[in-house]
Amino acid sequence: MKKFLLSSIIIIIGLTFIGRLSYLQIFSFSPDQVMEDPAIKAIYDYPERGYIYDRNNKLLVGNDPAYDVMVIPREVRALDTLEFCGLLDVDKEKFIKQLKRARIYSPRLPSVLVPQLSKQDYARLQEKMRRYPGFYIQKRSLRYYDTNSAANVLGYISEVNERDLAKNPYYVQGELTGRTGVEKVYEDTLRGSKGVQYIQKDRFNRDIGKYKDGALDVVPEQGKEITITIDKELQEYGELLMNGKHGGIVAIEPSSGEILAMISGPTYEPSLLVGRKRSKNYTKLYNDSISNPTFDRSISFEKSPGSPFKAINALIALQEGAITPSTTFTCRNGFYIERSKKGCHCGGGTRNLNNGIYKSCNAYFVGAYKKIFEQFPSNSEAMDAWEKHVKSFGMGNYLGSDLHTGRPGTVPNTKLYNKWYGIGDKRWSATTTYSNAIGQGEVNVTPIQLANMTAAIANRGHYFTPHILKKVEGKDIKNPDFTEAKYTTIDKKHFESVVQGMADVYKKGTASGVQIPDIEIAGKTGTVENYTVIDSVRTQLTDNSVFVAFAPVDNPKIAIAVYIQNGYYGGRYAGHIASLLIEKYLKREITRKDLEKRMLERTLEAEYAKPYSGQPFKINERDWSKHTIKPKTEETQSR
Amino acid sequence: MAGKSILKRVDWLTIFIYLALLTIGWVNIYSSTFTEETISIFDFNTLHGKQFFFIGVSFASIILVLALDAGFYERFSSLLYLISMVSLLGLFVFGKTIAGATSWYDLGFFNLQPSELAKVATALALAKYLSDIQTDIKRNKDQLYAFLVLLIPAILIIPQPDPGSALVFFAMAFVIFREGLPIYFLGIVLLAVVVFITTLMFGTIWVSIFLALIIILFLLLKRKTFKVPVFPMVSVAVIAILFSLSVNFVFNEVFEQRHRDRFSLWLRLEKDPNKLEKIRKTIGYNTYQSEKAIESGGFFGKGFLEGTRTKGDFVPEQHTDYIFSTVGEEWGFVGTTTVVLLFTLLLLRLVYLSERQKNPFSRMYGYGVISILFIHYFINIGMVIGILPTVGIPLPFFSYGGSGLLFFTILLFIFLKLDSNRLKEGI
Repeated sequence: MKKFLLSSIIIIIGLTFIGRLSYLQIFSFSPDQVMEDPAIKAIYDYPERGYIYDRNNKLLVGNDPAYDVMVIPREVRALDTLEFCGLLDVDKEKFIKQLKRARIYSPRLPSVLVPQLSKQDYARLQEKMRRYPGFYIQKRSLRYYDTNSAANVLGYISEVNERDLAKNPYYVQGELTGRTGVEKVYEDTLRGSKGVQYIQKDRFNRDIGKYKDGALDVVPEQGKEITITIDKELQEYGELLMNGKHGGIVAIEPSSGEILAMISGPTYEPSLLVGRKRSKNYTKLYNDSISNPTFDRSISFEKSPGSPFKAINALIALQEGAITPSTTFTCRNGFYIERSKKGCHCGGGTRNLNNGIYKSCNAYFVGAYKKIFEQFPSNSEAMDAWEKHVKSFGMGNYLGSDLHTGRPGTVPNTKLYNKWYGIGDKRWSATTTYSNAIGQGEVNVTPIQLANMTAAIANRGHYFTPHILKKVEGKDIKNPDFTEAKYTTIDKKHFESVVQGMADVYKKGTASGVQIPDIEIAGKTGTVENYTVIDSVRTQLTDNSVFVAFAPVDNPKIAIAVYIQNGYYGGRYAGHIASLLIEKYLKREITRKDLEKRMLERTLEAEYAKPYSGQPFKINERDWSKHTIKPKTEETQSR
Repeated sequence: MAGKSILKRVDWLTIFIYLALLTIGWVNIYSSTFTEETISIFDFNTLHGKQFFFIGVSFASIILVLALDAGFYERFSSLLYLISMVSLLGLFVFGKTIAGATSWYDLGFFNLQPSELAKVATALALAKYLSDIQTDIKRNKDQLYAFLVLLIPAILIIPQPDPGSALVFFAMAFVIFREGLPIYFLGIVLLAVVVFITTLMFGTIWVSIFLALIIILFLLLKRKTFKVPVFPMVSVAVIAILFSLSVNFVFNEVFEQRHRDRFSLWLRLEKDPNKLEKIRKTIGYNTYQSEKAIESGGFFGKGFLEGTRTKGDFVPEQHTDYIFSTVGEEWGFVGTTTVVLLFTLLLLRLVYLSERQKNPFSRMYGYGVISILFIHYFINIGMVIGILPTVGIPLPFFSYGGSGLLFFTILLFIFLKLDSNRLKEGI
């Protein structure tokens, strides 16, 4: 029996061992342990981030090398502190304090000791660093901006956070990623991919060679340079004009959908969000809730479009056979909605399509809108058709552009009115929803949607999805989302009369004050009523100034939408700014220096301060000489 | 079979396993001491080169062991025992200290560890004493003498200090047990171990409750045919509880902090993560690193010379006591299981061989060999894979070390020689 006892003990022990080993080597084993293995250290080699150029191959964003003196406290040996401090050109006390701080952070991991050496210091130090074990110089690359504009377009980069790490296994703590704008959308292209070298370490953390002779090492892949559709000159000029004004401007090349400029005012200098001051500056910008510079008004600002939207209604009425260009409506300095008179500024008289547009007659378009509804057996069918047409111009939904953000805007529909007023033809009608006719009320669009709408009119019936990427590594992009035309539901033949009306806006209509020599423009002004809530009272503010335009009328090169908050009537700020930008883009120089000076000097800061003043205030003041401010000195400039 | 060449009579299966273990062992020593600069694998300046030399020496000793008359070992066992005891004593005067333990004689070209010789000699002497016609293991006096044979070398070795080797001599008590020591001796030892562990893990109160429950269970199961020895059971339980109390006392008052830490680590007593981390970095460093190294090997291992933790020397003493972690890292579960199976097979084969001996001396010596090999294998691998506390003891045929390899070989082959002669008369 004792013989079996011993044999069974031997077998039981053997099974116990195998059990424990299978627990260790099969159940506890995780295949991706290379990263956790203390014997293997991954050293990353970061490629340079790709440059960003404008459409004319002018540099927008490049890189600036930065050199940091790093320290690994554990490896520091006794050294002549005074001599070393002299070499680094730092204060001895500060040096000792920094070293202590680095040691507290981690004796084993590198810390920055002296950040951002100049290139000269780097050259001087590089040779001598070897004499000081534990110290070394690390090269980093910082974003360098060759412009002080386009912050909203370009975006910025910052260190990855927990969410980025969870979302994308590529990133490791401490790496940088694009946060907004082009930097975010084209992160993968710009970033390239980092190289990695696996180093075999011993338990004293010393290198003892390459892990697996470098079989797993990866060579870094350079970041690609990209060319964006922005015209640097136009963008910079637009931001200059936007000085002291809140709003958004988007300019598009109608024949391609390329975004020529995308201006949001107020904005900030892109270089504020680079390097060590980024976090502090960002918080400051973010907390500025009045001017809100981090909010991209060009793509995210949803507001009623106002009169420019009348062009769409004209097109829908033509398409549905509700009117012909010669159909007339009489304006009695206004029109009646259920016995209450609504005003019109066109001067009154008989209006056809042409002068309806160029005089921006509310009565004409409300009449045309009612006519559209008469074409359908029920109001809801009419509404459905109207919604379909409007949406075909890229409104009421995300455009599908390659911008990092955006808003869909709103286009009212049957469902909305059924909810508001109840289901049935008796509950609501063209009369109830007449504000749609003049682009007020429930219609909300962003400046980029407005610009896109203008491009669609300029193209007489189709548009290309607005986009920002032009070339990657000098090669044109071939993304069918951007290169294939999107057709509106309006037949091409109906556009000519509307375009004619818009051209007359500029020749003899509401925008006749903004004419540019030698350039024929088709445009449409807008003066949009807007309200805010002050101390829980709905209060009307000075109207928003809107202007959409394209030029030249034949074979258009630029379609633009300018939306200036509280700028009063469309021809005042928006119209002038639009005309200056068109001139800048088409002629590359400004002939109307007086106008330019006026636009650069005038700010709407006083207008924006009104709601916050706590005092009763006037709106829509005729006199705008108060808007002129003395040229600001360097220190007080808002940007 | 009798009269045929020794080569025909010797147990080739054992030799085959022995050679397999030796080969695997050397490959892993090579790997754990490998550096990129190594030029020749037989360079005597390297540890694997030295070990290769000792393998040669061991092979020479095999020839000698097999060539000697089988009767020689029984006849000279007392003398050998005496010599080894003297050599252990001599360490107090002439011993060379390596890594804190005065366990070696400096012989110039290599260091001799007499405790390894003592293992062989004690196994022989114990077999000789127990197989003596005048010895009756049922007698208390003879039991005492038998234990004394084991106790003397143990007492001489403990102060070196080398508690691991001393433990080996206690393990040889299994031979006495096999030869007639009543079974309750084993029961008492087992009970003591269980009470010791459970006291540390759950405390005296729970041990008492548990013992009481067992007695109640027995009483409930009482049948007419099955007489429950109530009195002895209760007295054993009382003694166990007293022992449990003394365990608490010894653990808290007699043990030093490092001993307590070892047990804390082994029995996972420490729950505070900060303290656990500290233990892991100090006393538990070896075990933690070896466990991690083995774990990182996975099923198939990282491959020969590809063990990153082995290369980085993360496991201390990896070529000696922790050699098994190299197997774990580079050869994975496949490798570790193979080694465990080889040892299991070897030990079972030796049990089989011992049991077939007609001569009591040969059988008892066989059990001595099994006890020695088993305790080394059990404690070493148990320690390396983290299920036993840290005790410095080499893995037979595996760990780097000339004396160890030489005397394990001699130990094993003396038995094979005796086995090959089992059918001959009048040894």
